[in-house]
Amino acid sequence: MTGWTDHLLIAPIVVPMLAGAAMILAGDRRRGTVVALGFGSTLLLVALSAALLRMAEAPELHIYRLGDWPARFGIVLVLDRLSAMMLALAAALGLAAFVFSLARWHRAGTHFHPLFQFQLMGLNGAFLTGDLFNLFVFFEVMLAASYGMALHGSGTARVRAGLHYLVINLVASLLFLIGVSVVYGISGTLNMADLATRMRDVAAEDRALLEAGLAVMGIAFLLKAAMWPLGFWLPGTYAAATAPAAAILSMLSKVGVYAVLRVWLLLFGAEAGASAGFGGTTLLLGGLLTIAFGAIAVLATQNLPRLAGASVFVSSGTLLAAIGTGQAAVTGGALFYMASSVLAIGAFFLLIELVERGREVGADVLAVTREAFGTGEEDDDVEAADEVGVAIPGTVAILGLSFIACALLLAGLPPLSGFLAKFAILAPLLGPTGSAVPATSWVLVVALVLSGLATVVAMVRAGIDAFWASPSGTVPRVGVIEMAPVALLIALCIGLTIAAGPAMTYMQAAAEALHAPGGYLRGVLATPAAGPEGGE
Amino acid sequence: MELIVSLAIGVLAGSGVWLLLRPRTFQVIIGLSLLSYAVNLFIFSTGGLRTGAAAILERGEVGSLARYTDPVPQALVLTAIVIGFATTALLLVVLLAARGLTGTDHVDGRERER
Repeated sequence: MTGWTDHLLIAPIVVPMLAGAAMILAGDRRRGTVVALGFGSTLLLVALSAALLRMAEAPELHIYRLGDWPARFGIVLVLDRLSAMMLALAAALGLAAFVFSLARWHRAGTHFHPLFQFQLMGLNGAFLTGDLFNLFVFFEVMLAASYGMALHGSGTARVRAGLHYLVINLVASLLFLIGVSVVYGISGTLNMADLATRMRDVAAEDRALLEAGLAVMGIAFLLKAAMWPLGFWLPGTYAAATAPAAAILSMLSKVGVYAVLRVWLLLFGAEAGASAGFGGTTLLLGGLLTIAFGAIAVLATQNLPRLAGASVFVSSGTLLAAIGTGQAAVTGGALFYMASSVLAIGAFFLLIELVERGREVGADVLAVTREAFGTGEEDDDVEAADEVGVAIPGTVAILGLSFIACALLLAGLPPLSGFLAKFAILAPLLGPTGSAVPATSWVLVVALVLSGLATVVAMVRAGIDAFWASPSGTVPRVGVIEMAPVALLIALCIGLTIAAGPAMTYMQAAAEALHAPGGYLRGVLATPAAGPEGGE
Repeated sequence: MELIVSLAIGVLAGSGVWLLLRPRTFQVIIGLSLLSYAVNLFIFSTGGLRTGAAAILERGEVGSLARYTDPVPQALVLTAIVIGFATTALLLVVLLAARGLTGTDHVDGRERER
């Protein structure tokens, strides 16, 4: 703890927490105050994550010890390249979804803004925490808020899907707890770094139990990441949720992937002794099956929201399979893919709502919402939409261009970052480092290419359906405030394409650090310079 | 002691899983509660089980770390209970909303066709 900049580490958790609490105190009636608070908080988060991204590039690890207790006893927050990147993605997506919600959706139910802030707090906490139990706590904060977000706007479809989502996630939390307590019972620590150093010395008879505990915990992570047999809850929930909620919910599945990346690479790296590489095959195979399932789902879906849900499957599967190969270079590519797909899927979820608006289905959903929330809101809504933004001439053209950009990004076609990301995963798989390419790599290559093809086919079909063969022919009314977030996310993807060199260097460095966690362990476990005694 | 606790955990978890797989929302919520009791007991037992030990110190005895039960699992279980309680309450609300909106207490929101 030297300068004030050290305290920046905890700010991404504290800022949304305070903003959310203040919003609850202000009450839903004072909408101006609430919106101003939310806007301030999300903007501040973007600025903070940019600053943290800078800090993470420094060679030494940034640690925040709460109460200045040494890591083995106290709670630590850890900032490395991976967590800084995830914070930045969450902040960008948060800003986009927040601005989008201002056009109309935040009025579809109560307490949208506080829930949104707590959701961001949970996400940021999960990315920053350095111990397993706090990971659980932040998972719960994030999930508790997400239950509210998924149900936002009410209506039969949402409640029906929300019930499944709630029950499944509650069971996953229980599994998480079982895993955590088994790990603690055997190793006597919950700090990830401390646990990693103890992995090698676990007694032979306890090792199987410890691995089983971690595997049970892994099920909870993979359920969030929607790996194949665990992900059937996903399309229904995301399709039923309101657009801004769905965009931020799509980040939750990446939290599962993040947890797998962090915990698996830390604990089962080369230094883990007999446990090294435990579960890698499961990740790889599970990822491949998820890609296959996602590709079929993408082709089979008839409506746009479910198409977006299915593309979450494809992206999760790609990430898990790439991580499962256990090569640092492939992981680097996967991180690039993660950044690109988070932004693209977020933009797609927001865009869908705008495209659907001119069509029967979208009108249906809106009608349901209004019905549930009272008809008085309706006039207000239309009026406000007029105030918010003049309907742009050529709306359809802009929507269509955005749709094409999303399609290119999701399918991984040039020239956008989706292609670069896939290339960055594929190139090391086939690279000259290993002279003989193993069969599993070939399977992964084929799966990636085929899933891209399936996405192209589905997106083209959906695009033709939405823009060229629209039966009603009405132009959807879209305000600038709704188009801007989509444009922002797509612009970020384009930025990622243009700045691919520096971005890729950053991701590779992050992947190297994940695969050789020595620096992480030393950084976390180093005793603080002027810290107090252990308290015993 | 170990046998009784593990049997209790097993019975709770088994009944919880069975109820969780039933089609009525009320059965599901009771199942979840039972399962969370089982998990809480399980966490508690990872700290080690002791019978007849003093809470902190025995009279006329020098305190020793070896005689304490590990407090961390107790802290964990407390957190888990609080979080589980809150989420179960939320689930109850959603359950009632689903009952009101769909007119049935089936978990899928509609009765299976016979």
